[in-house]
Amino acid sequence: MAVNAPIAPAARPRPVQRVRRHRWGTLLWSAARTPRGAIGLVLASFVVLVAVIGPFVAPNSPEALVTLAFGKPSGQFPLGGDFLGRDVLSRVLNGGWVLLIMAAIATAIGISGGAAAGVSAAYLRGVSDGIIMRAVDVILSFPQLVFALLLLSLLGPQLWLITITVGVSHAPQVARVLRSATLDVSERDFVKAAELQGMRPAKVMWKEILPNLVSPLMVETGLRLTYSIVIIAGLAFLGFGPPPPAATWGTMINENREGLSLNPWAVIVPALLIALLTIGTNTFTDAFARVAIGVDRRPQEAALIDDLGREPSE
Amino acid sequence: MREIRLKVTGLEVRLGRSGPDVVRDVSFAVPAGEVLGLVGESGSGKTTVALALLGHTRRGLHIAAGQVLLDGTDLLALGPRDLRAARGARVSYVPQDPSSALNPALRVGTQLREVLQVHAGAVGKVSDRVAEVLREVRLDPTQEMLRRYPHQLSGGQQQRIALAMAFACRPSLIVLDEPTTGLDVSTQRHVLETVRSLCRSYGVAAVYVSHDLAVVSGLVSGVAVMYAGRVVEIGSTARLFGEPVHPYTRGLIGAVPSPDRAEALVGIEGQQPRPGRRGAGCSFAARCGYAISDCTTWTLEPVVVAGRSVRCLRASELQAIHPERLAAAAVCSPTAASTPAMSVRGVTARYGSTPVLHAVGLEVPSRACVAVVGESGSGKTTLARCVAGLHSNWTGEITFHGSLLARGARQRDKDLLRRVQYIFQNPYSSLNPRKTVGQIIDQQLEQFTGLTRADRSARVVGILENVSLNPDLLSSYPDQLSGGERQRVAIARALVVEPDLLICDEVTSSLDVSVQAIIVELLRRIQEERHLAMIFITHNLALVRSIAQSAVVLRQGSVVESGPVARILEHPADPYTQRLIEHVPKLRNGAW
Repeated sequence: MAVNAPIAPAARPRPVQRVRRHRWGTLLWSAARTPRGAIGLVLASFVVLVAVIGPFVAPNSPEALVTLAFGKPSGQFPLGGDFLGRDVLSRVLNGGWVLLIMAAIATAIGISGGAAAGVSAAYLRGVSDGIIMRAVDVILSFPQLVFALLLLSLLGPQLWLITITVGVSHAPQVARVLRSATLDVSERDFVKAAELQGMRPAKVMWKEILPNLVSPLMVETGLRLTYSIVIIAGLAFLGFGPPPPAATWGTMINENREGLSLNPWAVIVPALLIALLTIGTNTFTDAFARVAIGVDRRPQEAALIDDLGREPSE
Repeated sequence: MREIRLKVTGLEVRLGRSGPDVVRDVSFAVPAGEVLGLVGESGSGKTTVALALLGHTRRGLHIAAGQVLLDGTDLLALGPRDLRAARGARVSYVPQDPSSALNPALRVGTQLREVLQVHAGAVGKVSDRVAEVLREVRLDPTQEMLRRYPHQLSGGQQQRIALAMAFACRPSLIVLDEPTTGLDVSTQRHVLETVRSLCRSYGVAAVYVSHDLAVVSGLVSGVAVMYAGRVVEIGSTARLFGEPVHPYTRGLIGAVPSPDRAEALVGIEGQQPRPGRRGAGCSFAARCGYAISDCTTWTLEPVVVAGRSVRCLRASELQAIHPERLAAAAVCSPTAASTPAMSVRGVTARYGSTPVLHAVGLEVPSRACVAVVGESGSGKTTLARCVAGLHSNWTGEITFHGSLLARGARQRDKDLLRRVQYIFQNPYSSLNPRKTVGQIIDQQLEQFTGLTRADRSARVVGILENVSLNPDLLSSYPDQLSGGERQRVAIARALVVEPDLLICDEVTSSLDVSVQAIIVELLRRIQEERHLAMIFITHNLALVRSIAQSAVVLRQGSVVESGPVARILEHPADPYTQRLIEHVPKLRNGAW
């Protein structure tokens, strides 16, 4: 035979392009592209836009008495007047941003507090786990709104206090969810590898475990944001909100409900905006969660990942 | 040749209806009473083919073309109703993991009867058949056995129940998807013999999917080797394993370790292309040592060479070239008077109050590798974890270069942690998926050394080259790497801090044989170059000879035998070791 030695192996080019990417960004983007996510995003963005731009485009001062009490909608006052004769449209446009900021801060407090408690309970186990989770159980045994009312009636209705109270009332639920997610992650070998490097527990949780909890964290954030909006608006309705004459959507519903038959728009519009906002954030969060756990991944991608992304483990 | 039971022609499975092909041009035939082995690396499409034989695909896949003729009827042409009637009765499936395939909430008797009730009238009276089929798979057909739940059975018994369910209706075809992968060698051997004798005595055709060539070679009469969704070589076991022609088959066979010979293992570098990236020509060309330029352009049809069908452009030339097996890579004998790097004395370890290790003793000379061998549950991983400090509930003493070791990693000082490095079994869980390769290795240096950022990154690049990884991978995330690449990253992470002792815990058990060979060779080279002491934990006796100088055999937490590898493998003193060695599947040239 002419050939008696193998030909030298050809140079092997790297076939696969390897690129850096931010997974949670990718996930957010693919969530936004699902029908569910797109609807949620549009709804929520619309309300946010109203709240943010509103104060700059409002035709009248929200506190000026410019029309009749419960005046019917007219060309000059498209949504009519409220119980004191203030312009409803201007009050609606001005009344959103406080709610949004309070909801955002309360969510941040709830998520960070809950995550810290949940992750450390799960990772440290033992006594810490017992103490943290029993405290969580105690708070969980009160309905969230009742818990917030209890604290506020003890401490007084300050805006910052309302925000913190709502945030704290979220923490236990967040802690429960993240504890179970952490139990799973902390059993993985890379956590053990970090322990063998002599890493301090706090650093293990922060550097190794937390980055792997991005998906549950984002889902929780969306969910808690929705609840924050509902609870803060609800508290405002019950009288725990910015003091009069400030305009907020929750207060407006309360103030104007007596005139429901005279000028329903003064109640309907703020209620509708709150509803759209919560539906929007909740729908988008749902879309994100589905993408993150792979329900809504396009079937072809799913098959590729199942079939070829993993090797059989023994 | 007996009558042909199963005939598959031109099977093609695609991703979606018009996506790239996952499996293409798969054709083979299986006579009654015989077993065809379907082998290949993970991702080669063997499980896809196996499922397609039952007219099933995983989500997102779609059978685009081909016929699966079982006794003359095309299963792929059946309507949903007929297909349902055929599954379980005429064609049945044994899945890989019986512990997840059996319903944990139902008694095994209920599950067995269920199959027979669904296909009522297939075979006589249900209770008679249940007892009969249990006897066929060599289980006791007692009421007590039937009343058990799956978790009350051992892994081997569970797999026998799965086999019994598959054989219950006396099918014509049975598809087995790596049914022995999770089992111990001795259990594996018994299950394999059961499968073989059942197929023979009832004239069942079987397709046996496996990545383990040694297992297949002892069981089957014909083998189809799959690569990148195609059958690259198919023929009788004797011919195929005796004189492989396709370079890929040769590569696979060269990578299989053997307990009988001490020889260097040769793996196959590179990865197989994924669906949609297979391009024209031979998919193996990029990894092939025999490739010529035509290989990448010609789409080839299988040719018949030396009694088997081969999909290779150079098949007829290659037939005449017999690659020499590499001579015994001198796994050097331990230097006589070397001081022990680590000694373990009277270590008893517990989980809660259950002891799993009983007064285990072990000595690791510096610059030598000691293999710790045992079946699952023998305590070998626990031993490794005690040494590394991951498991701290133990008594006894472990000394490292003369000083006593603290029980847990938290009580050990930094320098000690640096000098004893641990490589985990599963590279899919030992690397943080949110960090890049560069960050993972750099973190090790950051924790253990006071080097500046620039010095560290130079070391990281250096160590990647040392483990034969392309430095381009620095900014990749672990899920962008193959299993072999991940395990190399894990090895690099351990080596970058220049340890004295390396503990390798089943580091190849989740990898393909072709990759296993590369990793074992890499570890052996590094151990020699760096004069490391090494503890190599494995359940695979065949690997021991390729890497270790001495071995310790563990059984249920106790050492039954220890000594130089050659003595243990050739003249085992303990009956347990003898049985282990006897049951190791060996690559046979089809003698059965």
